[in-house]
Amino acid sequence: MTFQEITAIISSQFTDIEIDADAKEPQPVLIVPVEKVGEICKFLHEDNRLYFDYLACITAMDNGAGLNTMEVIYNLTSIPYGHDLMLKATFPRNIPGDPLPSVPTVSHIWRTADWHEREAFDLMGIHFEGHPDLRRILLPEDWEGHPLRKDYSVQDRYHGIYVRYEAGAPGAGAPGADTPGDGAFSEDRI
Amino acid sequence: MSERIKTGDGGIILTNAEDLMNWARLSSLWPMGFGLACCAIEMMAAYASNYDLERFGIMPRPSPRQSDVMIVAGTVTFKMADRIRRLYEQMPEPRYVISMGSCSNCGGPYWEHGYHVVKGVDRIIPVDVYVPGCPPRPEALIGGFMKLQEKIRGEHPLAPELFLEMEAAETVAQ
Repeated sequence: MTFQEITAIISSQFTDIEIDADAKEPQPVLIVPVEKVGEICKFLHEDNRLYFDYLACITAMDNGAGLNTMEVIYNLTSIPYGHDLMLKATFPRNIPGDPLPSVPTVSHIWRTADWHEREAFDLMGIHFEGHPDLRRILLPEDWEGHPLRKDYSVQDRYHGIYVRYEAGAPGAGAPGADTPGDGAFSEDRI
Repeated sequence: MSERIKTGDGGIILTNAEDLMNWARLSSLWPMGFGLACCAIEMMAAYASNYDLERFGIMPRPSPRQSDVMIVAGTVTFKMADRIRRLYEQMPEPRYVISMGSCSNCGGPYWEHGYHVVKGVDRIIPVDVYVPGCPPRPEALIGGFMKLQEKIRGEHPLAPELFLEMEAAETVAQ
């Protein structure tokens, strides 16, 4: 099934939703409103003509303060039919301190989305609404911030260890460090 | 062998307890059997038959309680740092640390943008020998062990710190 045929099926199913198709790139993309992701994915999974039974990947992107948007990209494959689809949703990013942007979960449709969404949450700070267990997956539980954000700045210390290279170098001054470069194993830093 | 018949009246080795102790220690360095990243592959190659660390009395132990030396072979992440510190604390003294490869020496390729990497394992535990390389070849790791053996050879394991301090205080008093 071609991209145009898939787009036609989805557009006829969701007449009230604005669906954009971007077929200029080598891999065509279907751009959908973020709040409809769950609904559309459920249809893509269940419809007998499409039967997208495999979610290959969820990618999260931060477009930075200029565009002030974030994106999630879903790569779907139908194993019996052998056709693919790339689905994209764009939404505004939050400034630090504000609640995280929210995207409906697809983890109840494809079990594999569970960990993919946890990864996107961990590294990008996207909240997946309805996710059963939205914890960090790679970084330690008590890490501060989401490192792949464009405006991420790393914390000064983690469990008493200087995080930056310069901060722990002998003789280098570090903010808040009393005696930099020595006593790195003392109890007060553990 | 035939010309060296065992007569039963063998020779005598004269040494002192310190040298004997050091010799025993450096001849059976038991590293803790764990690896963190690609350096561990080179470490395993060093254990295996081609390089055969066993000929130096070096064999990996499955528990920190039985280990003399910890080879930090690979990238130390902050998530791992707590565990490494705990494993180090579980080792009985005297204990030694070999930092193997650039990552554990100083953060390696992650020194600038690796938010998740400890920029040198010496920020969490004291290191005795640094082995450079990315990853170091098994020869380099063996070189690291030789360096550590040299260090142990010059130690004074029988004199506790407190005793040395008392002795020094006595000399000053006289």
